[in-house]
Amino acid sequence: MTTHETRSPAGLILPAYGRDADSHPKLNTPEYRSSALRYPKQPLQYLPQYLTEVTGPLLGQERCGEHDHDLTVQHNGEPLGERIIVSGRVLDSGGKPVPNTLVEIWQANASGRYLHQGDRHPAPLDPNFSGTGRCTTDANGNYKFITIKPGAYPWRNHDNAWRPAHIHFSLCGQAFTQRLITQMYFPGDPLFYQDPIYNSVRDEKARNRMVSSFDLDTTVPEWALSYKFDIVLRGPEESVFEDEEEDD
Amino acid sequence: MAAPTPPATTPSQTVGPFYAVPGGILWDDGAEVVAADRAGAFVLHGWLADGNGDPIPDGVIEIWQADEQGRFDHPDDPRPESSGWQGFGRCPTDADGGFWFRTVKPGPLPTPEGATEAPHIDVTVLARGMLNRVVTRVYFPDEEQANAADPVLSAVDPARRATLVAAADDRGYRFDIRLQGDDETVFFAL
Repeated sequence: MTTHETRSPAGLILPAYGRDADSHPKLNTPEYRSSALRYPKQPLQYLPQYLTEVTGPLLGQERCGEHDHDLTVQHNGEPLGERIIVSGRVLDSGGKPVPNTLVEIWQANASGRYLHQGDRHPAPLDPNFSGTGRCTTDANGNYKFITIKPGAYPWRNHDNAWRPAHIHFSLCGQAFTQRLITQMYFPGDPLFYQDPIYNSVRDEKARNRMVSSFDLDTTVPEWALSYKFDIVLRGPEESVFEDEEEDD
Repeated sequence: MAAPTPPATTPSQTVGPFYAVPGGILWDDGAEVVAADRAGAFVLHGWLADGNGDPIPDGVIEIWQADEQGRFDHPDDPRPESSGWQGFGRCPTDADGGFWFRTVKPGPLPTPEGATEAPHIDVTVLARGMLNRVVTRVYFPDEEQANAADPVLSAVDPARRATLVAAADDRGYRFDIRLQGDDETVFFAL
């Protein structure tokens, strides 16, 4: 991987990743009550991108079993719910695919229940659905999961609070700097308006980047519907041109 | 025709309370960066606390570091590589907010400016209630000279530097992380 390079008096040339704080929610988001005691109040200290930051664990195929990408075949029977294919590409913000990188997911079952001892939502567990998967992107950055569409579930953040259906994604990319945990949502969810986690991303365009799109072309007739979700990690630092136009 | 606009990054969201589903993102050996019989291996441990000073029982701590010689096994490191070095650890916090790793002290590293970084470990903190990760660094108390010359540590307010330096103890080193409040750990914008 070569990215934008900086001149180095020491002869040590490292990639430089763009800083993308504008994409992300603020840690201090009062509407999300749990954030109140869990955000730093002191200003963040600038960290240059040195060797430890531009390298990272190259986790890949060795972490994946043969069926880990298919959350519907990991048990004796078929899970209940709507079978869906979730696929897309992992790219960097320079538009380059991120190949051979580990993609991990976890989610609630069709009833909105996680197989987690801390989940007290009294919706039924599904003995045929554990709700975790992993796979590795191919040489072009493509990944694919087969799973069940997760249900919405209630939580106690505010009066009558419900999380929109979502799948959690975890990516390490190729550098410590690229590490990302996000959530994939489904198009047109009527619960978006009242969800402080989704709305913690203030910019509408940025929020839309967390929403998958229904994709008829990759459905499998009489078997599964399909959603596309591309994930973009930090990529090469953008060059700044002096005559850059103001973006209205 | 204009070149296509490069894509903007996907926003971060919280890891939530349920990342620890069986078979999920946590691995049985996640905390073991090195085997127990590796020369120089020690336990790096600590606790994660919130703004009330209460332990955070649903956090995930990840670490990333060079090997004892300051080498990585990575294509973007132009120096000779450390073959097979993983350097990565992941540990959920327990009911008391505690976490631990078995690792070794990394070697010092050169910077592109020609300076030398003191031995350090990069840390990611994730938890319910955190909409994005925070990042910090562990430095070592027995590296006073190297720490004084470290370009990152020496840029930190002297009154707060101690939050980035682990304390030696009978298991190895202790490094507590306070997300907020008195003695809030220094976190970095990366």
